[in-house]
Amino acid sequence: MAEKVLTARFEKLGSHRLESYERDHGYKALKQALSMKPEEVVELVKASGLRGRGGAGFPAGVKWGFVPKESEQPKYLCVNADEGEPGTFKDRYIMVLDPHAVIEGSIIACYAFGAHAAYIYVRGEFKKPQRRMESALLEARRAGYLGKNILGSGFDVDIWVHPGAGSYICGEETALIESNEGKRGMPRLKPPFPAIVGLFGGPTVVNNVETLAYVPHVINRGPEWFIGLGSEKNGGTKLFGVSGHVKKPGLYELPMGTPLREIIYAVCGGIRGDKKLKAVIPGGSSTPVLKPDQIDVNMDFDSLAGIGSMFGSGGIIVMDETTCMVRAAARLAKFYAHESCGQCTPCREGTPWIAKILSRIEGGHGREGDLELILDICDNIQGNTVCPAGDACAMPVRAFILQFRTEFEEHIEKKKCPIGRFPAPW
Amino acid sequence: MSEAAFKVNLKPETVKAVDELIGRYPVAEAALIPALHKVQDDLGWMPAAAMDWVADKLGLPRVRVYGVTSYYTMFRRKKPGRHCLEICTNLSCSLMGAEHLRDYLCEKLGIKAGETTGDGRITLEEVECLGSCGTAPVMIVDDEYHENLTPKKVDAILSDLELRDKGSADG
Repeated sequence: MAEKVLTARFEKLGSHRLESYERDHGYKALKQALSMKPEEVVELVKASGLRGRGGAGFPAGVKWGFVPKESEQPKYLCVNADEGEPGTFKDRYIMVLDPHAVIEGSIIACYAFGAHAAYIYVRGEFKKPQRRMESALLEARRAGYLGKNILGSGFDVDIWVHPGAGSYICGEETALIESNEGKRGMPRLKPPFPAIVGLFGGPTVVNNVETLAYVPHVINRGPEWFIGLGSEKNGGTKLFGVSGHVKKPGLYELPMGTPLREIIYAVCGGIRGDKKLKAVIPGGSSTPVLKPDQIDVNMDFDSLAGIGSMFGSGGIIVMDETTCMVRAAARLAKFYAHESCGQCTPCREGTPWIAKILSRIEGGHGREGDLELILDICDNIQGNTVCPAGDACAMPVRAFILQFRTEFEEHIEKKKCPIGRFPAPW
Repeated sequence: MSEAAFKVNLKPETVKAVDELIGRYPVAEAALIPALHKVQDDLGWMPAAAMDWVADKLGLPRVRVYGVTSYYTMFRRKKPGRHCLEICTNLSCSLMGAEHLRDYLCEKLGIKAGETTGDGRITLEEVECLGSCGTAPVMIVDDEYHENLTPKKVDAILSDLELRDKGSADG
């Protein structure tokens, strides 16, 4: 059985309470970090190669290193707990079951690049994770881990929960910053990157919850231990959320690089009703869909990129042979159309257009040339918008069509859906 | 009551909470979204007068607040029923039967998604991914997540709401 790191404390009674966390050596890494120079902390995290768990996989230590040491403006940490990518449900569990790990990692990050305030941007619907984080912050403040001169180190830091209010795009770092400032979640043009000009104009790092929860472990046990859990460029374990047609959906912590086949068939018990696998979305709804002959891929950033998909957030959506691919693509397109912030024309106009065409194909009113039209719209969206949300719609839609083209064509030729609605499991 | 006639009468703890929120940020306007949540939690929705109250409190032009309120889906510009059911029909939930559950709810309540029952008791909404895909299908009932739903569980939720309403009417 592989080592559990992030989920090791999940099943303990009262795992979210400070006394339980301290009993399990909680805040030991913070004490260790405070005894080091900030730049040594950055170097240590860099050496581990810890890559951002939100989806992009950018090395956290390198991100921290981008922040200028001297800055006239105050620096900030934003903890990305917006968790809205369909198929993803991991940060919610960390916040509910081990909130102090997020807080400890965040304090260490603040110390490393010199921020004295952090905001945990939790999506608005996550009321329970918000309450858990709030009470954990209160405990940490009372115990002297937050506030002025924490643990007698001379370092001041405070952390607050900032709720979102229902907007997928606020998971994108610059939209998150806008929303944290009290504005509509419309992404900013980069450069300047947040590390130079971010929250309230100050240098800012945006890190995912899972990434920060890993930081105390990296400090306690060192970069080599971390790399040893996975592989050189893809160290550590990863939280995988498996949903859809498997026998045992749920959240699993597995080594980086675990083969997708093993996750579906060994960890999750295979396809429900022992039906045939038809398609897998490997890392949240915006990652290109895979066919059954591609599931021997190792689940890590580089291997997925190597077969033309993306590792993303670890949200795996499994679809069996009863699933209509046009319907699946249409549902995702509807989501992106709803969530477009409206700032860039290609995304604002393109995503609803794609959703409309896919829906008419599914409804039996597809026209000749519709597939070319959709692919053309995808090409006109991708790379032509301020933020990656446009790509997040174009990439999976294109992949669904290219991977399952015959099924799309059959819909158009027969003027009906040959498969039908997603069946009810009861 | 018409929206124009709505008078904002917030609980003292709501006002206190908003004041406390402002202190968390270097600029008051950053407290806008958390403040709107506090006000909505108190009133149950976001009438124009409530947006104006928040704008004045944070020293912001009212139009800034209207813009933010209309952008984020969680702020309710229409007064909802006493209970809000928000069912996710995004891909993972739909693969597990969410579309059938939505139809079942519509039939039982006699309304379409986005509507409120005639007696003003229940508002049903179809929403996007709630980040609970491993326990799909999922629905938020008055801010609480209900997971691994089946028609039977939906029945239980609806009768529980009925009991609660009866209890408060009797009490």
